[in-house]
Amino acid sequence: MWGTGVLKGMAVTIKNFFDTYTSKNGIFTVEYPEKRLPEKERFRNFPILVYDEKPEELRCVACDICAKECPPKCITIVKAKDAQGKPLKQPEVFDIDFTVCMNCGICEETCPFDAIYMDHEFELAEYDRMDALIYKKERLSRPWTHFEKIRPTDAKEINERRAKDATKTAAAVKPAPPQASNQQT
Amino acid sequence: MLDPRFRGSDIKECMENLDQIFVQAKRTVMNLAESVLPQPLVLLVSMLISIGVIAAIGPVIMMYLTWLERKVVGRIQNRIGPNRVGKFGLLQPIADGIKMLTKEDIVPEGADHILHFLSPVLVVVPALLVLGLLPWGRNMAAVDLQVGLLLFFAITSTGTLSIFLGAWGSRNKFSLLGALRAVAQLISYEIPQVFSAVVVIMHTQTISIVEIVNAQPGFNWFVFTPWGFTGLVLFYIASVAECNRTPFDLPEAESEIVAGFHTEYSGMKFALFYMAEFLQVFSLSALAAALFLGGWQGPFLPSWIWFFLKTYGLIFIMLWFRGTFPRLRVDQLMGFAWKFLLPMSMINIVVVGIWTYASPIVAWVLGILIIAISFGVLAKLNTRYHIERNRKFILAE
Repeated sequence: MWGTGVLKGMAVTIKNFFDTYTSKNGIFTVEYPEKRLPEKERFRNFPILVYDEKPEELRCVACDICAKECPPKCITIVKAKDAQGKPLKQPEVFDIDFTVCMNCGICEETCPFDAIYMDHEFELAEYDRMDALIYKKERLSRPWTHFEKIRPTDAKEINERRAKDATKTAAAVKPAPPQASNQQT
Repeated sequence: MLDPRFRGSDIKECMENLDQIFVQAKRTVMNLAESVLPQPLVLLVSMLISIGVIAAIGPVIMMYLTWLERKVVGRIQNRIGPNRVGKFGLLQPIADGIKMLTKEDIVPEGADHILHFLSPVLVVVPALLVLGLLPWGRNMAAVDLQVGLLLFFAITSTGTLSIFLGAWGSRNKFSLLGALRAVAQLISYEIPQVFSAVVVIMHTQTISIVEIVNAQPGFNWFVFTPWGFTGLVLFYIASVAECNRTPFDLPEAESEIVAGFHTEYSGMKFALFYMAEFLQVFSLSALAAALFLGGWQGPFLPSWIWFFLKTYGLIFIMLWFRGTFPRLRVDQLMGFAWKFLLPMSMINIVVVGIWTYASPIVAWVLGILIIAISFGVLAKLNTRYHIERNRKFILAE
């Protein structure tokens, strides 16, 4: 009959209207600042530098591989030197420009020392466009426990591999230079 | 639960007091004024109170209609709607108002400045004016004119003029197209709208809106008669078209002509157009409620609550339309008005004539029969010609 299509359409919309009050599937909006969706483990955003015990003793040895591999060249590394001017195995400067970083995760994949990883943090708004978004070494460093918390599956794998490497290094008579383990996490 | 001393008659008395609370409030102020001021000034005070209340309630109604619309349409689309400013987004209209007031007011270079400025002002005036004619409750019409309904239609139709004024003054092709559409649409829908209201005038023998409401005491609303129901549906559809709302929003069709007649308006001037539209939504819903749903008539609850319940019920249906229907094409729009609504409303007049002179049973049977048959015939005549399914297509070689 003429006009029934109109009524049918109206029945659909009013059903949706009442479903938002009665059914659980009615409204699926997650009201973000108060509530949020659970984070996915493999989600990646910006890199962090991990340390085992003390924040000053980063795993990073300032080898500059990540800086060279970084496609948009957002990483700046300067090697630390001791009093005699001999280079140390730690970075003096480790800056990542978050305005340039494109969250590709290549730094994490290329790092032979398991020192740089992608974090889950994404609420990074700043009032300053330039300086506030260049993250220094101190702002980038996170304990290993933090990484274990956000990405437990990856952390377990890496821990096992590092333990194996450590026993191998200890078994060798001479302390060999750190093995470039090219495993990808 | 209840205090034993509290009897049923007390509740009734309390309800009656609540019913007349606004009337009493005005009377108190008037008594106060009478004791201080001379007689001519008291009359002025009486006018100013009514005008002040209506002028204040108009923008408030409009503001919260925008909120209601966003909420209802949001729910229909499985969203929450505004929920950031205040509890349930209740302060959202105020935030919007502040935004509108602080926005830059742009007048196009080629525009006719006077017309461009005058139009949003003039469009609000009729929309606010008709609120004075509505019976908001028992003894609560600001003016009880003997020609209330006539004046109502006369005033609402002047809104079209200001729309055209603004569009012409904008010197913009989209504005002008929108305004041309608006004029064509409003002229065509004015006729079935008035015709479907004529039914009520015929039955009640009066053009006063207050008298029409008085003629439907208790549950004797006109909607419970065959002609009343048809009249309400026709009147309501025509009203939706009158206030340029979906599915009849061709004058401001976003996807075709930018924003139609208010393309060149920004800030508060735009808000005034919006206000006029929403006030028209409110006043036409209120009129439909008064004509067919018994206005403020209803048991137990105070009369003004009944009025608002019915009005907002009808407004909800308008929002429901908005959440459901796509826009009509221009030819469909015109065809619907002239080929369906107009003949149907004329047949409805015949039905109410029979209703007046025939005995109740005959009137009911004949009324339903005539309406059903004419609906069927009109529907058949309005259905488009369909190409036969098993038509053979011979391709060119």
